[in-house]
Amino acid sequence: MSEPEELRAAVAAGVLSARRGHRPLLQSIAEVAQAIFGARAASIMLLDQATGELVFEAVTGEGEDVLVGRRIPAGVGIAGWVAEAGQPLVIEDVASDPRFAADEASRTGYVPRGLMAAPLRGEEGVIGVLNVLDRPERRRFSVAEMDLLDLFARQAAVALELLLQARRIEALVAGAGGEVEAVARLAAALDGLEGDRRAAGIRLLGEIAAVLGG
Amino acid sequence: MSDADDELPAWSLRRDDPRTRGIVRTLPTRIDREWAWGGADGTGVNVAIVDSGIDGQHELVGGVERAVAVARAQDGSPEVVHDDAGDVAGHGTACAGIVRSIAPGCSLWSVRVLGPESRGGASALLAGLRWAVEQGCKVVNISLSTPKRETAALLHEIADDAYFAGTALVASAHNLEVRSYPWRFASVISVASHDGDDPLEFLFNPEPPVEILARGMDLEVAWLGGGRILAAGNSFATAHVTGICALILAKHPALTPFELKTVLRETATNIRTA
Repeated sequence: MSEPEELRAAVAAGVLSARRGHRPLLQSIAEVAQAIFGARAASIMLLDQATGELVFEAVTGEGEDVLVGRRIPAGVGIAGWVAEAGQPLVIEDVASDPRFAADEASRTGYVPRGLMAAPLRGEEGVIGVLNVLDRPERRRFSVAEMDLLDLFARQAAVALELLLQARRIEALVAGAGGEVEAVARLAAALDGLEGDRRAAGIRLLGEIAAVLGG
Repeated sequence: MSDADDELPAWSLRRDDPRTRGIVRTLPTRIDREWAWGGADGTGVNVAIVDSGIDGQHELVGGVERAVAVARAQDGSPEVVHDDAGDVAGHGTACAGIVRSIAPGCSLWSVRVLGPESRGGASALLAGLRWAVEQGCKVVNISLSTPKRETAALLHEIADDAYFAGTALVASAHNLEVRSYPWRFASVISVASHDGDDPLEFLFNPEPPVEILARGMDLEVAWLGGGRILAAGNSFATAHVTGICALILAKHPALTPFELKTVLRETATNIRTA
């Protein structure tokens, strides 16, 4: 979207608070992925396009309270490889990797034994990574699981793109100063009205538009 | 070995799939495995692994002759520099261990295109691959791919240059139904998985873009810190074919990439004499 279009979208939808809606959506996708795979933890990471770092946006299960907002350097670790390669990776017995183990354990007190990670693909390439840690132990890799993981990854990618868009609009509104914010707040207020009050609000805005336009 | 009802990664085929059967030799003189690599161990062939780096200390890797990384110069352009970081993810070490298991005498070169200083991305992959070709590596293992069209054009140029310069690029098909590059180019040897467990069993696939199917399922591979993990995927099938190419080129150093591909076809497990 171009800047004026994004502004229009921001004002029309009253999305100043949209981020609050998208974060639970990401969290919910991580939770469902964790539940479906019977895993001990799941997380969604955003790829910071400027630095190449991966940032934890949603975490469920082990590490939930400490990981959100933490950054992983570009291309490092399994998630880093997945983000750069644009390919899913399913491995078992990650604990035999002392670096991974020490790294994770020092922060979460939790050392995963197995990990599935899939890239979140946006329109412009990879925008993040979905991780599922410690599904029930099985010796054998299954492509069906990888395909299922990819389905969740697609859903997570859509949610992440919405979150990114809401952040861009927020930044835009903040950058444009008080005027746009005032209009956006007006739109948000109107959005919250129901019935007669809403109809009256729309009439009032129509009159204001006519006066300003005339 | 995988069960018959288990799925394989995208682009892969089962060994008993009818599409891999009934393919007849085309050359008048039989090229068999004894001719192709009998007695060879890869000595004299340098193999570049373009990936996350290699842990040369790992017992399954047994040393790396040269290690470089793609970093960013002051002006932001990619530059190839000496690398001490080893492996930042584990994946390159896994591929290197497989190549070493098949071609114990080859020289392994690590070309790291992932990590904080290169910030990954297409420019690092292009620069690393270009460097490996310019250095005259005989075989380059590429278990990475990109779906970006604009990068594909540049990769295509490098793949063709490699083809004419005598560097065999062995490239992994994506694990999902994704159109990405460079594995789809005719000038590279493209690899996906079959469901077998013999490291020297490989199939010629008459249905391109994937040309060779090799072992890629249920593997114990080298990983970081001297450890091993269980993994699966077309990346690891690719490393097997890279190792086999190193064996063939050790015995027949003058083979061009298209001759090498022909030898692979003639020595594939599923090819029969008319």
